Amino acid sequence: MSDIALEKAETTSAPGTTRRGFSFGPLALGLLLPLSLAVILEIGVAKGFFQGRLAPPPSKIAVTLGELISTGEWFRHAYATGWRVALGFAFGASAGILFGTLSGAVPFVRRLIDPTVQALRAVPSIAWVPLFILWFGIFETSKITLIAVGVFFPVYLGVLGAVLSIDRKVIEVGRVFRLSKLELGRRIMLPATLPALVTSLRAGLGLGWMFVVAAEIMGASEGLGFLLVDGQQVGRPDLIVSAIISFAFLGFLTDALLARATAPFLRWRDDLSTSERG
Amino acid sequence: MLSIDQVSRIFPGGQEALRTIALSIPQGEIVAMVGGSGCGKTTLLRLVAGLDAPSSGRIELDGADLREPSPDVGIIFQEPRLLPWLSVADNIGFGIAHLGKAEREERIASVLLRIGLAGYEKRWPRELSGGQAQRVAIARALVTKPKVLLLDEPFSALDAFTRASLHEHLLALWETERLSVLIVTHDVDEAVTLADRIVVMQPKPGRIFTEIPVQLPRPRDKRSDAFHAMSRQVLDALDGSLSDGPSNAKAASTEATAFWW
Repeated sequence: MSDIALEKAETTSAPGTTRRGFSFGPLALGLLLPLSLAVILEIGVAKGFFQGRLAPPPSKIAVTLGELISTGEWFRHAYATGWRVALGFAFGASAGILFGTLSGAVPFVRRLIDPTVQALRAVPSIAWVPLFILWFGIFETSKITLIAVGVFFPVYLGVLGAVLSIDRKVIEVGRVFRLSKLELGRRIMLPATLPALVTSLRAGLGLGWMFVVAAEIMGASEGLGFLLVDGQQVGRPDLIVSAIISFAFLGFLTDALLARATAPFLRWRDDLSTSERG
Repeated sequence: MLSIDQVSRIFPGGQEALRTIALSIPQGEIVAMVGGSGCGKTTLLRLVAGLDAPSSGRIELDGADLREPSPDVGIIFQEPRLLPWLSVADNIGFGIAHLGKAEREERIASVLLRIGLAGYEKRWPRELSGGQAQRVAIARALVTKPKVLLLDEPFSALDAFTRASLHEHLLALWETERLSVLIVTHDVDEAVTLADRIVVMQPKPGRIFTEIPVQLPRPRDKRSDAFHAMSRQVLDALDGSLSDGPSNAKAASTEATAFWW
């Protein structure tokens, strides 16, 4: 959900700050705080003002990350985590799209399933963990189910809302040209809902990364979430921060890839996202 | 020949939108419908387009029943209703997707040329002005080669200058295609400019008040006395339609002094 808010903040600030006219000033100012903290920490530890045992200096984290990567450990853990997110996202998003579309397009289905979905949505998804472990065991199935559940809700809600808000006037154009139900779905409803679908998929992906952390903290033998727990148990905050940075990097990367992959289908949009490109 | 035979439409709520409408439009005639609000002009157009079904009566085109949208009937709405995710060319070709690529492209190119938008194939709808978008909507309706073209206040959102140029476009297209045209408008000058016959409607329930043939030669000069006389005649009929209704004697007095549309 926070992704949506972030995206809104970005797009509303877009007209003022076009890419070409980007000034370095605000960026430099924004970097001032984190950079100076990093420098203080680095110098402080180097000079012996503080130990840096619980708050590792940037250089220590860089070394740890470098080791993880050079030994291939990082890729093993990132692969395990990425695979869980990918599977959970695939299941959750597919179910969200399917049920969201059915619920939006068929009033009977909506009256049948929407109240249940809305009720389940009120449950914080992590509360399901004990039940999923009982049902699916402690291995991959319960983790992927948890991620899928996290991804499902934003996608379902986004798709349902998008289908319900398709302009009746545009549907009428389809009727005038005698489209069949199937054609109406493919040639009008799908493209009309695509922008909202992409937004909800990105929100879902963000939640997928959130829930993989929860799933892996509950118990895993590999994965970036395992690194977090491992770092805590062996008292290595540098390992924890390395895992945190890895999560941020992968989350950002997959979101950017998703946005990039879907952008060609959304070039027609007449809103701030396209006006930026002129 | 489009024939509307004793058509009534009563909405599910019990509101009587149209009462026994009878209207025949021979092939190639332009008929304009004018009338106060709530007189069922748009409802009638939607019935002919097959978007709605009459409660009683029949609508036929050359003897065939019109109960569902037909390829022989094109409709242009008040807004262009272009599909924003399709280019101009794909919007125009929306209704002829079943044709082969070569024929489709040829038809699109030819209709683009006729509406004066050659070279706009690749544009997105968002890049068009209001008048251009409505021209694309006209092209989209014409590309299926319908026999009847329905227009629902198609130029009401445009400025007078653009409207006049679209009138010329429409008449030029009509000259070559010899379509039957049924246009709903609240602009009396528009009706007199375009129509061979003007049907004045009466509200609550919607019925035909009177029909006025327009026998001015084309192209019509809007500054001529004959044109003005015609406009006045239509305006008088509109006043009559609002004050002379048996069922709306009370409402008419307040409504007629306000805007008749």
